[in-house]
Amino acid sequence: MSPGIVTGGLELWEGKACAKDLFRKRLWGGTFTDVLTRPLCWLEHLSLDNQTGLDPPGIRVRAVTGLVSADYFAPGYFVWAVLIENLAKIGYEGKNLHMAAYDWRLSFHNTEIRDQSLSRLKSKIEQMYASNGNKKVVVVPHSMGGVYFLHFLKWVETPTPIGGGGGPDWCSKHIKAVMNIGPAFLGVPKTVSNFFSAEAKDVALIRAMDPGLLDSEMLGLQTLEHVLKVSRTWDSVVSLLPKGGEAIWGDLDWSPEDNNYASCGDLSKRKALQSPDDQNSTSGGDATTFLLKEPIKFGRLISFGKAASELPSSLLSSLDQKDLILSETKNSSTLSCKDIKTEYDEMNRGIIPKIAENKAYTATTVLDLLRVVAPKTMKRAEAHFSHGIADNLDDPKYTHYKYWSNPLETKLPDAPDMEIYCLYGVGIPTERSYVYKMSPNTRCNSIPFRIDSSVVGDDGDSCLRGGVYHVDGDESVPVLSAGFMCAKGWKGRTRFNPSGISSYVREYQHKPPASLLEGRGAESGAHVDIMGNVGLIEDVMRVAAGATGSEIGGDRIHSDILRMSDRINIQL
Amino acid sequence: MSVVRRRKPSESDKPSTSAPSDDDISGGGTTTGKEEEGEDSKRKNKKRRKKKPAADKPPLPPGPSPAGGNDGDGKQEEEEEDKKGRRRRRKASAAKWSCVDSCCWFVGCVCLTWWVLLFLYNAMPASFPQYVTEAITGPSPDPPGVKLKKEGLRSKHPVVFVPGIVTAGLELWEGHQCAEGLFRKRLWGGTFGEVYKRPLCWVEHMSLDNETGLDPPGIRLRPVSGLVAADYFAPGYFVWAVLIANLARIGYEENSMYMASYDWRLSFQNTEVRDRTLSRIKSNIELMVATNGGHKAVIIPHSMGVLYFLHFMKWVEAPSPMGGGGGPDWCSKHIKAVMNIGGPFLGVPKAVTGLFSAEARDIAVVRALTPGFLDNDIFRLQTLQHIMRMSRTWDSTMSMIPKGGDTIWGDLDWSPEDGCSPSKRGRGNNETESDDNLAQTTKVRYGRIISFGKDVAEAPSSEIDRIDFRDALKGQNVANTSCRDVWTEYHDMGLGGIKAVAEYKSYTAGSIVDLLSYVAPKMMDRGSCHFSYGIADDLDDPKYNHFKYWSNPLETKLPNAPDMEIFSMYGVGIPTERAYVYRLSPAGECYIPFQIDTSADEDSCLKDGVYTVDGDETVPVLSAGYMCAKGWRGKTRFNPSGIRTYIREYDHSPPANLLEGRGTQSGAHVDIMGNFALIEDILRVAAGGTGKDLDGDRVYSDIFKWSDRIKLNL
Repeated sequence: MSPGIVTGGLELWEGKACAKDLFRKRLWGGTFTDVLTRPLCWLEHLSLDNQTGLDPPGIRVRAVTGLVSADYFAPGYFVWAVLIENLAKIGYEGKNLHMAAYDWRLSFHNTEIRDQSLSRLKSKIEQMYASNGNKKVVVVPHSMGGVYFLHFLKWVETPTPIGGGGGPDWCSKHIKAVMNIGPAFLGVPKTVSNFFSAEAKDVALIRAMDPGLLDSEMLGLQTLEHVLKVSRTWDSVVSLLPKGGEAIWGDLDWSPEDNNYASCGDLSKRKALQSPDDQNSTSGGDATTFLLKEPIKFGRLISFGKAASELPSSLLSSLDQKDLILSETKNSSTLSCKDIKTEYDEMNRGIIPKIAENKAYTATTVLDLLRVVAPKTMKRAEAHFSHGIADNLDDPKYTHYKYWSNPLETKLPDAPDMEIYCLYGVGIPTERSYVYKMSPNTRCNSIPFRIDSSVVGDDGDSCLRGGVYHVDGDESVPVLSAGFMCAKGWKGRTRFNPSGISSYVREYQHKPPASLLEGRGAESGAHVDIMGNVGLIEDVMRVAAGATGSEIGGDRIHSDILRMSDRINIQL
Repeated sequence: MSVVRRRKPSESDKPSTSAPSDDDISGGGTTTGKEEEGEDSKRKNKKRRKKKPAADKPPLPPGPSPAGGNDGDGKQEEEEEDKKGRRRRRKASAAKWSCVDSCCWFVGCVCLTWWVLLFLYNAMPASFPQYVTEAITGPSPDPPGVKLKKEGLRSKHPVVFVPGIVTAGLELWEGHQCAEGLFRKRLWGGTFGEVYKRPLCWVEHMSLDNETGLDPPGIRLRPVSGLVAADYFAPGYFVWAVLIANLARIGYEENSMYMASYDWRLSFQNTEVRDRTLSRIKSNIELMVATNGGHKAVIIPHSMGVLYFLHFMKWVEAPSPMGGGGGPDWCSKHIKAVMNIGGPFLGVPKAVTGLFSAEARDIAVVRALTPGFLDNDIFRLQTLQHIMRMSRTWDSTMSMIPKGGDTIWGDLDWSPEDGCSPSKRGRGNNETESDDNLAQTTKVRYGRIISFGKDVAEAPSSEIDRIDFRDALKGQNVANTSCRDVWTEYHDMGLGGIKAVAEYKSYTAGSIVDLLSYVAPKMMDRGSCHFSYGIADDLDDPKYNHFKYWSNPLETKLPNAPDMEIFSMYGVGIPTERAYVYRLSPAGECYIPFQIDTSADEDSCLKDGVYTVDGDETVPVLSAGYMCAKGWRGKTRFNPSGIRTYIREYDHSPPANLLEGRGTQSGAHVDIMGNFALIEDILRVAAGGTGKDLDGDRVYSDIFKWSDRIKLNL
């Protein structure tokens, strides 16, 4: 098992004076009481160093180890607990369950440098393999864990010192299956907005957890700026930026989800209609009505103004990066705001309107945009992550670790017996692209961009709500990102999957809990709640007990992932 | 620390409980006597005066105002005799209201007090208890971590903790119906809430299978993993936490510390068979050494963990499948030092009584922790039987039966500790002298670990007429139907057997093993496959390759690792159980037929039927220190490669006052883990120091004298 971002607990090992009595208490996870009692102290301890992406001096915050690290995120809010409990029923226990906790704030390679997390994971897997009668291991990564484990797969077979030196057949020897739950293989659009303006709905789960805090008076109106500053020191967030550029996520005029019925209004329709599964056909018929609508240009991840999101591409002015970079970069913000410095301060205020001027950004240009607005973060992070598509996978440059976590720039290991599953929920509107506006608040330090929440679709049913275009997904990860690799990129023998590892897509239709008493529901498809989905748990247990992908029924698809994938033209 | 903090509310209890109640009374008084009192009451205290402004306000509605308890009214009555009818009327209504009212007031006061206390407690700065402590006792010394950090010590060697019996947590992975909802909850450790709620269910789940010594069908109880397994035993009762906190100060973190938790109920080899615990420890040590720049590990076992680690060191170098297959130089490659804390190398006498009659003071720490539980109504008088039945299924307790027989522990007439001075330094001065006197006059025969009757315990051996019990026939089962529910093996023995046991009169360490296998044949059958208690004549005998000898230091050689160091660190200065006076239990059939004769009492080392010697309250000095003082010192046959050994004793001094909690200079078996001197020693070694840097031995007791009196071929 390997937990995703945000769900693993972090505890304090060494801190500043303000956190004196918190030794080995959880700063992240648990009750979050300290957030409320001393928010600034808390933020300071959770930040990483802006230059190195490692610990700031005098502060050591480390991942909690063991199963406790991520079984419950907060009291009563399960993450892995349900799955663990069910596995225990068929005989699993401490010796054959391992929670590969890592510090999710660091870039993947830095977890190895600072904590040797990858080496530990390797030795744990070897040890479990040996002590359980040489039976191969089933790995269940969740969310960002999927990307992390991808990184691990490459790392472990790479010779030392940058790799784990496990030899080219390590994976085929030790791993039976990788069951990615809600994997964000190709990134998540909401990372962009989070990065850009700290406004995503949940990458910073903080906001969901402590809405009061965010608006609390202590931080004044600068809460968002604080959050932005902290989360920009977390390299790992960068790993979740959309990968594959325009080929995957669509360009100004085109996107894989265009025109398809799983989008927008139909989604909510389907949600309503499809609760009993046998009504599938009905919803298909219904959906045709929406085909007439003008396609939504999901490819424009960020557009300024609703108009820009809908205009034909020819009318959009294009952004000249060089212009921006060469333009004067003098810090124009006033001195009064020094205490909360985001990189926006270092940007010339003059270029902000230029960025915004009636423009739209696609997955590729978004990266350029981020490089302009957050040069330091991106510079640090791009040493660790890459977001492109490889033309030639045999190019020696792809042995560098920064490509390891990008499925479009690495080959899967040579392990024909291994299986890869993509298990994720569908049926929940998921953020896909954003309509932005300039922030009216030009006060010092405020973030100059805002999601334009006044923008809604033409009809109430549309997928544009609150300035955000939605597609099908599990509330965090769009279907495209979670499913494409398993549905197409790795299916059969492709250049990303030279040994022909079999891959399966298992989708779980979201059904909200019938009553409040049910808690978070046994059939939820939401990103985290899916860990309590009975269908998913059953699949995981069957595989853990020895079944193969074809025995549990091969693919199980509710969404239009196959059609979407077909529309993506990348060389395989 | 946490104990100190916990103590705080009760400290502030007194002032604040009294304060609000004062207020209430005066408040009540003011409301009643307001109008007239304003002028004439000059003797009122300041508090009253403060309330004056309130008195100027319009009078309160008549209902609540007379509320102020009877006292206030009574006092006023004397002062104000010239009062008007209106006043009278009000008083009448007051009388009518008083009962209900005072009740309400009382409840109100209690709630308010409670609330205020809670508020104060939460609003209090976290370091407040420390200020209080420092104000009373003067500034406390820096914790060793801070002190040594200032000296420039930094983390170097990875550290492995091996917890002892009883102190590590166990959690439930699969249970019977009655334990539903306890999945992954701690049954052992933590709050022990379940013990109270459903004791029988708890006992059932804690027990192992009587035949196999493994899980009973349908129940899986597993050790908690990670540092949380044994940092606190129960909330506020630290075990490893203090040490961990201090190690963290000099730079340790979870990557460089590892808690080798294991199921302490199982025999050592079974932990490997069932949980692969030994393999996991091996691979974790290898990993930690590899990821910490090749620095060897420092192992810190506590209590029974010492024996467990001894077993591990043999296991890891033995070829698979029985061993770990690490090769003959594994230990020298991976281990820098073994720092045993309170190690019962040669066993503890109280393990015997624990098995014999479940009466030892603390093998079942249960009793100390939950005395109420043991006597509570649900079990009635059979609590002990339940405990005994449960603990007899735990193979690991047998690892602590005294080893080495008469040679080490003394025979009928002789023992290394002859002469009674159990508490030379631990107690006050007045007692010290009397103890010394007694030491010269009385000669206690500690060798007789169990004797029946006090006279037997003291008589010269020639006068004891012993009848051999081994051949005695076991009679028919006398306690058949009525006592079935609490089954112990005594029921299979019959009266004849019991009598025979008592006839034998006194038992030394050598015959104790026979005794136990007579009274508890099944358990000892099981145990004899896993443990051995003798002394090896020829260590090269191939039979010593069997794993049952591995945890007995007298039947194994230390690994070939000349650079390794072995420390034996233990507390001294506390009377520790060494030998017992027994009697036949008068209660008859349903009960355990033997009892410690608590009436046997003397001023000296004999108290409540127990002879005590110097030790750390659980382990006698002899057991903890002998191997490092003599058995392994230099190049002996037990230590062929000449591993250096050191003895570090810590004299017990009880905490100066209650605020100090369990003290920073304690020598008691578990509390020693908070002893600053011990922590400092560990930190120095972990940061790279050697035994020489610690100034070698540090001895308070007579361990060297006693060791010399033991005639063992080395």
